[in-house]
Amino acid sequence: MQKIAAPIQGLIEEFAKLPGIGPKTAQRLTFFLLRSPEDQVTRLADALRRLKTDIVTCSTCFNIAASDPCAICGDPERDQSLICVVEEPLDVLAIEKTGIFRGTFHVLHGALSPVEGIGPKDLRIEELIQRARTTDLREIILATNPNYEGDYTATHIAQALQPSAIKITRLARGLPLGGDLEYADEGTLARALEGRRTFE
Amino acid sequence: MANERVYRAEGMVLRRIDYGEADRILTIFTREQGKIRAIAKGARKTTSRLAGYIELLNRTHFMLAAGRDLSIVTQGEIRERYEHLSRTYWHATAGYYIAEAIDRALEDREPQTAVYTLACATLQRLNADAAAWLSDPVPANKAGPAARGWAAVRNFEIQLLDLLGYRPAFHHCVVCESALQPVEQNGFNAELGGAVCPACARYAQRTLPLLTLKVLRLIQVTDWAALPVMRLDTRTRDDVDGVLQQLLTHHLDHALRSWNALHHTT
Ligand SMILES: [Zn+2]
Ligand SMILES: [Zn+2]
Repeated sequence: MQKIAAPIQGLIEEFAKLPGIGPKTAQRLTFFLLRSPEDQVTRLADALRRLKTDIVTCSTCFNIAASDPCAICGDPERDQSLICVVEEPLDVLAIEKTGIFRGTFHVLHGALSPVEGIGPKDLRIEELIQRARTTDLREIILATNPNYEGDYTATHIAQALQPSAIKITRLARGLPLGGDLEYADEGTLARALEGRRTFE
Repeated sequence: MANERVYRAEGMVLRRIDYGEADRILTIFTREQGKIRAIAKGARKTTSRLAGYIELLNRTHFMLAAGRDLSIVTQGEIRERYEHLSRTYWHATAGYYIAEAIDRALEDREPQTAVYTLACATLQRLNADAAAWLSDPVPANKAGPAARGWAAVRNFEIQLLDLLGYRPAFHHCVVCESALQPVEQNGFNAELGGAVCPACARYAQRTLPLLTLKVLRLIQVTDWAALPVMRLDTRTRDDVDGVLQQLLTHHLDHALRSWNALHHTT
């Protein structure tokens, strides 16, 4: 049996590691690129390389960005006294899409999970507390996911921020329980933001 | 369940990990079949009807389709939601701890109805305690974990060991079998499974002060409803925690990851 050429096999294997892509799809994508014009493939390769070389972490909000500070932290039009705390960079995208939020973000890069061994030190929680101490803040919105892990993380942060004069809020319960923020539709998310309540 | 492709089970989600684009893989502790693994497809989407009933620990009626490795969750209905649990950090950590202990203690598809009943009872107690703790108007009572919640977790540990066949001995010496005397010089050995009398002190891994021994006995033999509220000093509480942690670590072949988080949380 003729073995498949190594460069093709290699790309199939890399594609198959991506979420939601099985071996069949990986093959289809590889052969699609094989038939594509060279400049198109080169653009894809460049885009992939730039993903790692041209991306930095914003040292204020820890979102992944093209510059430090990121476009949001560096924007004088944004309300720097309002921070929305989210688990993942994709959640920033979801909230930005609502178009109603004019503050800044803080990306934790995960949720606490004592069972999986993810503790406060594995997330950007200490950095948030530092930020709250050194910035003149009006409000911190805890917009972690509306599930056990997200509530757990929010409760920890609310406790860690005490004592403090900053108002701490949580997204309204309008969000369907159990899902991930990044999948919420814009209307629901906007309502959850507008209806946020003081965290107990 | 001969050739039955679709089946019902009552259970609680012990653990869940994200999988693929929007799926979650669940470890569910069912009353009927013990621990099973299942996939909830698309469950991370907020529009998913599955999302709401695969939350950790809620007592839920599941409909599942048997798959080759994983069952597939098709429907669910929550029977009991422990809604106050995640409202305090200590109680939420305790929820994780209960889930981890059961996950470590049981093999897949090994029915353990008594452990299931114990888990449900413990979560109910913790949930009620969280509600009481949150509404307690006396700030001093909120210093440190709630006394009743703490006892519920210790009770769970002792009962779990018992149901797994490792009932710890707190009434007689595990070496010479003589009845323990109410003295300060008793000891404890986790590998031997309990208390050690002063004459057998060379087998002791740690000391077992009288108050610690009394608290352990009380939790072991008293019905939950009859258990008094114990306001203990930190040293005794740490000591009781330590004895039970050594026993669990020994019998589960593993230190539980969430123990530290629970022990150091107030
Ligand atoms: Zn930034
Ligand atoms: Zn003895």
